[in-house]
Amino acid sequence: MSKPATALIEPATLRQSGVEPAVRQQPGWWRRAVISLRRAKWPIIAIFFLLGVMLIAVFSQQLAPHDPNRQNLIRRLQPPLTFTAEGNAEYWLGSDGLGRDVLSRLLFGARVSILVGVVAVVLGGFVGTTLGVLAGYIGGRTDDLIMRLADIQLAFPFILLAIMVLVVLGSGILNLILVLGIGQWVTYARIARGETIAQRGREYVEAARAIGVRDRQILWKTILPNILAPLIVIASFNIASVILAEASLSFLGLGVPPDVPTWGAMLAESRDQIMGGFWWLAVLPGVAIMLTVLSLNILGDWTRDFLDPRLRGRS
Amino acid sequence: MGNYLIRRLLQTILVIFGVTILAFLTLHMAGDPTYLYVSERASEAEVAETRAKLGFDRPLYVQYSTYLWGLVRGDMGNSLRTRTPAFDLVLERLPATVELTIFAMIIAILFAIPIGVFSAMNRGTAVDGGIMLFAMLGQSMPSFWLGIMLILFVSLNLRWLPISGHIPVIQPFLAGQFGLAVSNIPEAVRHLILPALTLGVFSLARNARLIRSSMLEVLSLDYVITARAKGLPGWVVVMRHAFRNALIPFITIIGLEFGFLLSGVVVTETVFSWPGVGRLVFNSINQRDIPVVQSAVVFFALLFVILNLFVDVIYTLLDPRIRLSGANE
Repeated sequence: MSKPATALIEPATLRQSGVEPAVRQQPGWWRRAVISLRRAKWPIIAIFFLLGVMLIAVFSQQLAPHDPNRQNLIRRLQPPLTFTAEGNAEYWLGSDGLGRDVLSRLLFGARVSILVGVVAVVLGGFVGTTLGVLAGYIGGRTDDLIMRLADIQLAFPFILLAIMVLVVLGSGILNLILVLGIGQWVTYARIARGETIAQRGREYVEAARAIGVRDRQILWKTILPNILAPLIVIASFNIASVILAEASLSFLGLGVPPDVPTWGAMLAESRDQIMGGFWWLAVLPGVAIMLTVLSLNILGDWTRDFLDPRLRGRS
Repeated sequence: MGNYLIRRLLQTILVIFGVTILAFLTLHMAGDPTYLYVSERASEAEVAETRAKLGFDRPLYVQYSTYLWGLVRGDMGNSLRTRTPAFDLVLERLPATVELTIFAMIIAILFAIPIGVFSAMNRGTAVDGGIMLFAMLGQSMPSFWLGIMLILFVSLNLRWLPISGHIPVIQPFLAGQFGLAVSNIPEAVRHLILPALTLGVFSLARNARLIRSSMLEVLSLDYVITARAKGLPGWVVVMRHAFRNALIPFITIIGLEFGFLLSGVVVTETVFSWPGVGRLVFNSINQRDIPVVQSAVVFFALLFVILNLFVDVIYTLLDPRIRLSGANE
């Protein structure tokens, strides 16, 4: 599976940055990234938004005005901007069906989304890249075996596979990360394999082999650095789709335990309340997910254009 | 070409075996699968009895061959809740899911084409930017959230369309009541719009962007520029020269689309209480009715594999270029 969010909005500024006079010395990687970013508007906003979400995830304990799990049945389903008799804000973003503070739950929800998204992608990227590089470099039976495994996994629509595994294993944050992570390996494996095959015959690899560099070193020190760009691009989009998948699984009750607030689980709970018109319960967690995923997609677009303009429109 | 088809067929058979092995092994991932089939309060004797009855005490390869043989006969065990064959429950719910998926596919493909073409023709304008922003948003929201929003605003506030409910069309059609099937269509569509939009929005957004970029690429090719230089009117160039070729990369994803949409039915049907396979899966998850979940997932996976084979074969017949590049891999 993988739902690559194909990005076609092209920041006009990136197009201009393509041609550089050949004689001028190329500035370093970081400098070029900063220059390119300064010309683009949306990726900057996306980066700041994501940094904000990460800070919130880390400091949710300090930022949250209430305990996210403290129930107050007398003050349930209060609309946003509910004030106390003294005029202090009691619930900035309202309270839910059990009288829990929505703002606090949203802040804590960022933790799960970011944690699951990042860890699962690192896991899937590691497993997939390793297998893909090996398949591409060794070829033959190893390649066949790994790629047939990939075919088999791709035969399952991903969410369904995740459902089947989580129903058997039981839910929980570790299982969730494992399933989402392992679910992503195929994407990385295919790209890593293709790129490795393309690099394998290049002269610099031949040269390394000729002077007697061992296979292991050729793989990890010579080839890997040269195929990282497309993998990083995929990873940035991938975090976005993993966050969406986590929301879906939480919505189905297969995510983390009920006492851990997550955006997906908040949406699942809101479903029982929409008939009463308690819109804030459904609108706010969805907006949180959407803005986070949107930022990741924008950033993914930019990363792709920056690292490798050839990839534009592929994926 | 015959060679390629045979290889593709063998590959499919291999994948089908793999799918069944994977599904079978999933059951054993958490240790003794017997515990998935008994209640938490079951005594050791009951557990042992169930284990023997379901054959979980036999060697794995025997269990697998029994499992496979059951699969061939459409027997995937009984539902723990209703005690009836699990696979029959899935089949019963299938027509509603197929109606939803087909309608979502219509939205995701038919609407995407004019939107993408229009956007490409107006490249760089505010309209183009607006459409692409919406497409970007469409790919960034959880589809079930859109469903909840649609219920909240379109159904509850504006009262335009029903919140839930399903009017069957395929079911009466299969039962031979053609008149009923046809007369049901208008109401059925009214009930389908919101769920299908929810299910199809991600694909709609992705396809619109794909069509747009594909169009832009083709519009910059020499033969299109030549056509323009000959003085052909703009829309003739777009429709007769560019569009047809822009469609080729798009067609290759249609086959995958169905499988992608199928994976979305579980959440969508849950939001709209749609009486299809997805809702059945959701209920079975909550009741820990493992055989039903297994039947549905394996059925969908096999359907997906066979559809892909089918699509590949059709391409091979249609476009020799795809055949050749496929054979070279």
